[in-house]
Amino acid sequence: MNKQAISILYLIFFSLCLLASCHPTKPVIKIGINAEITGEAPAIGASCVNAAKLLVAEVNQSGGINVAGKKMSLELVIGDNGSKPDESVAISQRLIAQNEVVAMIGPNISSCAVPSSEIAESMGCLMISPWSTNLRTTRNSNGSFKKNVFRACFTELVETPLLARFAINHLHASQAAILYDISSESPNSAAHQFQKSFLKEGGKVVATETYTTGDRDFSAQLTKIKAANPDLLFIPAYYNDVPLIAQQARRLGITARFLGYNSWSTPDIVTLDTGHYLNGSYFSNHFSLESDLPAVKKFNTNYQSAYGQPPDDIAALTYDAIGLVIESIKKADSLNRTAIVQAMSNIEQFSGVTGDFIFLKDNHDPLKNIIILTINDGRFVYVETVKP
Amino acid sequence: MDYIAQQVINAFQLGSIYALIALGYSLVYGVLSMINFAHGDLFMLGAFTCLLLEAIVPIPLWIVLPLTMITIGFLGALLERLAYRPIRNAPRVSAIITSLGCGLIIENITLAISPYPRHMPTLLQNSTIHFYGITISFLQILVVGVSLTLMLLLDFIIRFTSLGMAIRALSCDRVMVSLLGIPANRIISLTFALGGALGGAAGLLYALAYPVISSSMGILIGWKAFVAAVIGGIGSIRGALLGAYILGTTEVISVTILPSTYRDLIAYSLLLIILVFKPYGILGEPPLQKV
Repeated sequence: MNKQAISILYLIFFSLCLLASCHPTKPVIKIGINAEITGEAPAIGASCVNAAKLLVAEVNQSGGINVAGKKMSLELVIGDNGSKPDESVAISQRLIAQNEVVAMIGPNISSCAVPSSEIAESMGCLMISPWSTNLRTTRNSNGSFKKNVFRACFTELVETPLLARFAINHLHASQAAILYDISSESPNSAAHQFQKSFLKEGGKVVATETYTTGDRDFSAQLTKIKAANPDLLFIPAYYNDVPLIAQQARRLGITARFLGYNSWSTPDIVTLDTGHYLNGSYFSNHFSLESDLPAVKKFNTNYQSAYGQPPDDIAALTYDAIGLVIESIKKADSLNRTAIVQAMSNIEQFSGVTGDFIFLKDNHDPLKNIIILTINDGRFVYVETVKP
Repeated sequence: MDYIAQQVINAFQLGSIYALIALGYSLVYGVLSMINFAHGDLFMLGAFTCLLLEAIVPIPLWIVLPLTMITIGFLGALLERLAYRPIRNAPRVSAIITSLGCGLIIENITLAISPYPRHMPTLLQNSTIHFYGITISFLQILVVGVSLTLMLLLDFIIRFTSLGMAIRALSCDRVMVSLLGIPANRIISLTFALGGALGGAAGLLYALAYPVISSSMGILIGWKAFVAAVIGGIGSIRGALLGAYILGTTEVISVTILPSTYRDLIAYSLLLIILVFKPYGILGEPPLQKV
C-alpha cells in the first residue's frame, strides 16, 4: 500500500471519529460537575459528586424533566479539578466546549471557582458554585455581576458580620485574634471581613497572624498570639489545618475559644481531631440536619441509604445548586444556554434543603441565614440560626 | 523573656526536622554530585509507612521507628538501583529530571491509594512540662532528642567506620575508588539507604508532631530542607545541620519580629544574602581544580 492510500484511510477514520463525537444520539440533558475529587480538599469533591448523583437519580426515576414537550433525563459529566486553579480552568473548558453541558456545577473552593467563572462567563454557560463564598466568583473586577455565574451559598458579606455579631452577643468575646492561610482566597477574605465586622460590633482584634498552604508548624505564630492574650481565636482555614492549629494552640497554653467559619463543616475535621482539642468550638455553616424543614428529612434519609453517612453542607448546597439548574431549565423550557441563564436570573425565591433563598434584583448572591454549630465530643451540635 | 524562650524551643524543633531531611540531600550530593529531589517524597512515605504499620498491629514507637527506617532505607536504595544507576553517566541534568519524575510518581501513587488526609495515631502520652511560663511537650523533647541521636550516629558512621571511610573516599574520586577494589555500587546503594532511613525517621517524627498527613506533605518541607542543605554547604554533613538550624531560627525570628505575612520573604532573602557572601554555603568548599 502506498503512502497516499494510508493517509486517505487515516483521514476517513478521523472524520468518522469527529462525526461520531459531534452528534449525541440520546436526548439527555448534560450537567457538568467541576469538583475537587483529589488534592487538598478531597472530602469536598466527594460530597459534591455524591449529592449530584443522588439528585440526578431521583429526577430520572420520577421520569425526568419536560423540555419543549419532550421527557428528557439528566446525565452528569464529572471532572476532577485536583483542587488546583489551572486544572479547574481546563476542566471548565472541557465540560463546556467538548462535553456540551447546559450548565456547570462547581468548583467549590474559591481559588478554583474564581478562575473557572471567567471561562463560564466568556463561553456563555450557566455556572453555579455550590460552596464558593468569595465575592469575586460572581463579580467582575469592577464590582458588577458576571452574567452567567451564580452561587448557592451565602457570601462572606452575609456570613462574617452575622458571625461577629454572634461572637460578641452570645460568646461575650471582646478580644479576638485571627490566624489564617494567606495564600488561599476564601480564608483570606473571611479574615479581613471578620476583622472589619468585629471592630464595627465593638470588639477589639488584638493579633492577626498568617501562614501559607502546606505549613504544619504554627508554633511561632501561636506563641505570638498567646502573648496578646485573646479570649477568642478565629481560624478561617481549610479543615485539614484546623485540628493541627487547635492542638498546637492548646499545647502552648492558649485558652481562648476557637471560632471557625463554613470551611470547618465536614465530619473529617473531627476524625482528624482525635485529641478533642476542638471541643466547645463554634462555627457557622450553611446547613444542619437538625433543621425542621421537611425537605431536609427526605434528603437526609435518601443520602444516608445511598452512601451510609449523613450529608454535609457541601452535599446540601450541591443538591440546591442542581435544584436551581433544574428550576431554570423548566422555566426556560429549552436547552438553549442563553435562555437557561435568563431563566435563572429571573428566579427571585427558591426553597432548598439549606433554607430559603432570596435573590435580590440583579444580584447573583443569595440572601440566606447562617447556622451556628458547636463541636461536642466529636459531633456537630446545632446551636441557633442567625437570620440576616 | 518566656516569650523569647518559647520561640527558641519552637525554632529548635523545626530546625531538627529540617536537619534530618537536609542530611539526606547532602549525603547523596556528596557521593554522586546529584540532587535527589525525590527525597521529600521518601520523607512522606516515612509517615505513611508508620501509619500502615500501626494499622496492621499497634506497636510502640521504639519498634516502629527502626522498622520505618529500614523500609524507607530499602526504598531509597531501590530507587537508586532502578532509576538513578542506569543513567549515572548521563549528563547531570538528566539525573535531576529523573529524580523530579520519581518524586511525582511516588506522590501520585500515594495520592491514588490515599486521596484523603489521614490522622496519625497517637503513639505517645501527650504530656507537657510547664516552667517559668514556657511550655515544652514530651513530643518536642523526643523530636529533638531522636534527631540529635540519629545525627550523631550518622556522624559516627561517616567518621569512624569502614563504610563511612568508603563514602568519604567516593565523594573525593569515584573512578579511583573503584580501581582500588572498593565496590562502589554497593557503597552508593548504602548511601541512599542511609539517606532514606534518615528521611523516613524525619517523616515519622514530623507525623507525630503534626499528626495530619497527606501525599503532598513532603513537597514544601523537602524544598525547605534542600535550601537548608545548600545554605550549610551541600555535600557537608555538618553544614546541613547548621543550615537547617539557621533556616528554622530565621523563620521563627521573622515571625516574632515582623507580621507573619513576611515570614518566607524575610527568611529566604536572608538566605540569599548568605549565598552572596558564601557561594558554596557556610561550610562548603569550592571543588579542587587540578592543573
